[in-house]
Amino acid sequence: MKVRAQVGMVMNLDKCIGCHTCSVTCKQVWTNRPGAEYMWFNDVETKPGLGYPRRWEDQEQWKGGWELDRKGRLRLKAGGRVKKLLSIFSNPDLPQIDDYYEPWTYDYEKLITAPLSDRDPVARARSQLTGAPMDDIHAGPNWDDNLAGAPERIDQDPLTAGIQEQVKATYEQAFMFYLPRICEHCLNPSCVASCPSGAMYKREEDGIVLVDQEKCRGWRFCVSGCPYKKVYFNHKTGKAEKCTLCYPRIEAGLPTICSETCVGRIRYIGLVLYDADRVEAAASVPDEHDLLDAQRDVFLDPDDPEVRARAAADGIPDDWIEAARRSPVYALAHRYRVALPLHPEFRTLPMVWYVPPLSPIVSALEEDGYEADPDDVFPAIEAMRIPVDYLANLLSAGDPEVIRGVLRRLAAMRGHMRKREVLGEHDEEIAGAAGMSVADCEDMYRLLAIAKYDDRYVIPQAHAELGERLMEQQGACGLDFEGGPGNCGMVTPDSEADTEGFMLEGEPGRVDLDLVKMAGGRRRDDAAGQGGGGA
Amino acid sequence: MSAGDVLLWVILPYVAITTFVVGHWWRYRHDQFAWTSRSTQLLDRRVLGWASPAFHYGALAAVGGHVIGLCIPESLTSSIGISEGFYRWFAGIAGGIAGLVTLVGFLGLVYRRTTSPRVRRTTTRTDMLTYFLLTVLIVMGCWMTFGHTLFTSDPYNYRSSIADWWRSIFYLDPNVEAATGAPLVYQLHAIVAWSFWALFPFSRLVHAWSIPLQYVGRPYILYRRRYRPASVAREARSR
Repeated sequence: MKVRAQVGMVMNLDKCIGCHTCSVTCKQVWTNRPGAEYMWFNDVETKPGLGYPRRWEDQEQWKGGWELDRKGRLRLKAGGRVKKLLSIFSNPDLPQIDDYYEPWTYDYEKLITAPLSDRDPVARARSQLTGAPMDDIHAGPNWDDNLAGAPERIDQDPLTAGIQEQVKATYEQAFMFYLPRICEHCLNPSCVASCPSGAMYKREEDGIVLVDQEKCRGWRFCVSGCPYKKVYFNHKTGKAEKCTLCYPRIEAGLPTICSETCVGRIRYIGLVLYDADRVEAAASVPDEHDLLDAQRDVFLDPDDPEVRARAAADGIPDDWIEAARRSPVYALAHRYRVALPLHPEFRTLPMVWYVPPLSPIVSALEEDGYEADPDDVFPAIEAMRIPVDYLANLLSAGDPEVIRGVLRRLAAMRGHMRKREVLGEHDEEIAGAAGMSVADCEDMYRLLAIAKYDDRYVIPQAHAELGERLMEQQGACGLDFEGGPGNCGMVTPDSEADTEGFMLEGEPGRVDLDLVKMAGGRRRDDAAGQGGGGA
Repeated sequence: MSAGDVLLWVILPYVAITTFVVGHWWRYRHDQFAWTSRSTQLLDRRVLGWASPAFHYGALAAVGGHVIGLCIPESLTSSIGISEGFYRWFAGIAGGIAGLVTLVGFLGLVYRRTTSPRVRRTTTRTDMLTYFLLTVLIVMGCWMTFGHTLFTSDPYNYRSSIADWWRSIFYLDPNVEAATGAPLVYQLHAIVAWSFWALFPFSRLVHAWSIPLQYVGRPYILYRRRYRPASVAREARSR
């Protein structure tokens, strides 16, 4: 057993109102610069819909993620190492920017420089790739927002395979929900495995997956290797970029920008302890329907004394182990079993999980004139095939029983709380019918419905002091340049080489907070490798 | 030996080699962020699917041919029983195929770069200079292979002349006569090639050194530690 900590996220889809605040704030912070115009580290998709990039979920087309070979061993779906190297000059599976959309801006200047006229001046759209006018825009961010264009395009949604007729036939009463997506920061990241340069890595402390901007050589296999299409290629810098899980904020104990600004309070961030030795076996289980349980089994119970002792021995600080006990992510994914991984069949063991929405069921019932009473909802969950099958294709590798189980627990929580709050009755039956205790029901209610800030985000600060005597480097040694007045060891130009950025495991190196280097004018990213370098 | 000869066949090579070496050292140390293939596949995948592999594989084969032709002296090959005639046909046919594949791929890439507005816009001045030098080098290379080696009654044996000069540069005893006796196209090819090597470290060509062969042998998932336990850190510091 090798215990590692992972910062994970859960999103409660029932509460997402599709306002795109997360996307906009994320864009303002991370991708508001040349070459990154088309990138959305966070985007919100309407489901059913084509998604971004279009049809990203169809791995027969894009070849992202992992698969099992004939002997049952895990391998990259796009092919092995030699095949990758041979196709390095033209990646056969790379999306073109039109699969996302061609980014544009407007001639805003026209609005104030146009001569006096009877007509209002118009700001024409201009491509940010060529500068040419774009009078015929046929794709953009959230192009199929709120089912726009759905009658023509809904059957192109890969998830409607097999249930197309039903989805189409009931379009007038169609169910619809929003799916906010960021990088999954997978336990078994296929982007990292696909990167020939070794520029992508998973941080051992918190599991955040990053691109080292200085090591990236622009071979593009991470973009095609990620089944979620959440690694992007910056066409100005020629380097890959991705969601950083706002690591500077996470390290400071703060939630990501997308979470902090979420008006629906749908997001939860917390630690999960997991056994790094069991990751590969969990990703290799033969039956796709077993992947969910396999991943849950990789998670370790932070209340188990043996796990805690082992975690401490593996260098996880005590306050992190405490934070793991209070983790809302572990609670929703493992204790209450209402959160599910996105597309577990990609075998990457993703770490952004989703509470499936009960609302398609409820709204479908209300269409039929029912009050959404839990007594009605229970049989409806059993009977309604379309939303359940659709959610199963999204969150449980097509196993509808998993979805029904989660929806039953969510409905039971609602029913129980409604009885308690509205009727003042204490009824243990509803919770029991869904296999839950009353205490669990009420805890879950507190987490999902009350959703206090401190319950949603349980993020321990990074232990910078474990790196080295950082105070010396930052403070007392701030004047420790060559010939300077500092007194904790001479820093010479030669020692600069060891101080750069991150060290690979076992290599000597130091944390990069050295004022000498900053003063030396070297353009360097901070220690985590990504971030400022792309800016 | 005129001053012009010294300039072209002695000074130019050494300046180019110095620029090549120092330039790479400087670039690697100070410009990791721009060290990339600068791929434009995302912007436009048209033509690239066949042209890019053709150009790159052709160019790698051509580089291999140059290494064999320039580095291995004729005396060595003849001593193991390879006749000049046999060598000429081998070099001509293999080099001809590599040259043609490179040329066709290169034309495809140039066509794509000039006709795709998105790709054209990413083209820098250094790129244009690189493309110009590559055009001259590839066209002259094909011309030498087809005009002076394959389809000629009087094949030119570059291995007994200009290759000697090339090796002599690295012995620090430049044999200028070996170069000045070569046909004009060989001379021009060599001069342009030295300019090309001088430009190399400052252009996108540096991605050639980043062919990620280490990928074959490394574990799939890479981890990095940000902070190490204080004891380990102190140990590393004292080293």
